[in-house]
Amino acid sequence: MSLVENLGTDSITSLPRLNGELVFKEPWESRAFGMAAALADLGVFDWSDFQASLIETIAERESTRDEAEPYRYYDCWFAALEKLVVGRGLVSKQDLDEMVTDFCKRPHGHDHRHEHDH
Amino acid sequence: MTENPRPTDYPSPQLRVEALEALLVERGLVKPEMLDGFINRYVNDVGPMNGAKVVAKAWVDPDFRKRLIESGTEAIKELGFEGPQGEHIVVVENTATVHNVVVCTLCSCYPWPLLGLPPDWYKDPAYRSRVVREPRKLLGEMGLDLADEVEIQVWDSSAENRYFVLPNRPKRTEGLSEDELAAIITRDAMVGVAVVKVG
Repeated sequence: MSLVENLGTDSITSLPRLNGELVFKEPWESRAFGMAAALADLGVFDWSDFQASLIETIAERESTRDEAEPYRYYDCWFAALEKLVVGRGLVSKQDLDEMVTDFCKRPHGHDHRHEHDH
Repeated sequence: MTENPRPTDYPSPQLRVEALEALLVERGLVKPEMLDGFINRYVNDVGPMNGAKVVAKAWVDPDFRKRLIESGTEAIKELGFEGPQGEHIVVVENTATVHNVVVCTLCSCYPWPLLGLPPDWYKDPAYRSRVVREPRKLLGEMGLDLADEVEIQVWDSSAENRYFVLPNRPKRTEGLSEDELAAIITRDAMVGVAVVKVG
């Protein structure tokens, strides 16, 4: 995890590659990012609405978070997105829960997203 | 707050994220290629090198610098930089006596078109609270020791104003071209947790 930042003395980074460094640690983080960006770009919701949901989610998490627990930013990001799409009636929580259950039943070897599924 | 090891029992939201994407696609709200496009853009194309070009230009072109300070969003469009979180960019300039540093205390507002997506430490609750409470100490811990006479101004980014620091041009860079200058400008300097150094 050499790309993990820290607030120690060695945090002065130059521009080691085009974009500085990895921005997503796991693929799902990038999908959650992409969904919010795409839905806002399409005008399904305003970016400011997503941001309000994100601020609220982060405030909730921080007020209840165990200090020893690592802070998981993209968990907040996704929770904010879920709250917004469910709140707008785009997807119901029940449909989402059922889809997750279906995914859990996928045969072994099909439990990861494939880039060329679509 | 440095490494965030994932405990093995940590319930990854991966399946739920996949499920939401599948439902949104099924309902015709998004296409997976659109997500790919945004991800690819911020992983590969948009990053601190954009901000570095803006700073380098401001260092060599006083008229551009003036326009940049007056209206960040309009001025960066001259270089082709715009897009989400590029609205209301406010450029704050460091001087010999004032050092600016940027935070988003409530979430993670950041000038995407200029710097890409924010690094972990920028989103970390520790940075977000400490930079307001004890900026000099925190910057010191991050490797930036400022002289006592330099005043530190902390700017809280939001949807209304996304701040971007115009760092001081280091001495002994008179002979460098704009491109050479851009190469020494770091992301951290444009957030204000570092200064630009030569060599």
